[in-house]
Amino acid sequence: MAITFDKALGVHQHTVGVRARRSEVIASNIANADTPNYKARDIDFNKAFAAAKSKQGGGMHITNERHISGGNSQFAELGFQVPDQPDTGDGNTVDVQKEKAAFMQNGLEYQAGIGFLSSKFSGLRNAIKGGQ
Amino acid sequence: MSFFNVFDITASAMKAQSVRLNTTASNLANADSISSSIDQTYRARKPVFEAELNKASQAQVESAKVKVAGIVESDAPLRKEYYPEHPMANEEGYIFKPNVNVIEEMADMMSASRSYQANVQVTEAAKQMLNSTLNLGKS
Repeated sequence: MAITFDKALGVHQHTVGVRARRSEVIASNIANADTPNYKARDIDFNKAFAAAKSKQGGGMHITNERHISGGNSQFAELGFQVPDQPDTGDGNTVDVQKEKAAFMQNGLEYQAGIGFLSSKFSGLRNAIKGGQ
Repeated sequence: MSFFNVFDITASAMKAQSVRLNTTASNLANADSISSSIDQTYRARKPVFEAELNKASQAQVESAKVKVAGIVESDAPLRKEYYPEHPMANEEGYIFKPNVNVIEEMADMMSASRSYQANVQVTEAAKQMLNSTLNLGKS
């Protein structure tokens, strides 16, 4: 029985990846809090997680700006947020308080995922060393 | 790696907010510069922010950096004052004061510094997340 990282690490490698991506989206929202007409976005975790799990090693990657993207399925989980306040005057839909809270929560969830991964690694190391 | 993008995004936002802070400082500093003609009078300057969406619209990236599209001068009317004794007064006895609204500028300053702060916090959090990733599997 071969030990593969995929089996050993379980779901955590995917959740961490999705959370890293989500942190980028939320950071973009906070950064553009004063940009007129910017619409707040977010990632649907369940969709992104399912996509990350099914996309193990496959899929085409865009390595150059001029490449044609192979369908936009890669970003299907990315959507726009429904604003609480219909009109802010400049078309911006970012709620900074909400985004900051979301970023913090996402960061903690990321750290939790890293914690799980870390314990998986120490378990593997333990198994390899035979408890020495 | 998403976190390097986070650093790029927050850096662009911090840069944009510091441009805003700079224009505010310039406006406040020149709030009392009097002149004798409309053309020479200082006008309040405002930066225009724009999301760098050219790539985002093609759905290739999930995030947008902040770009300062330009700095525009305010169209608000200048304050014209009848003050014949003033050394800068024109032939009709008027002086012109800039269209800087000091209260507005103060509010703008607070908003800019708060936004800057929020971006610094995001950078700090992203740094911690990246650090814990780099330390994964150690010890």
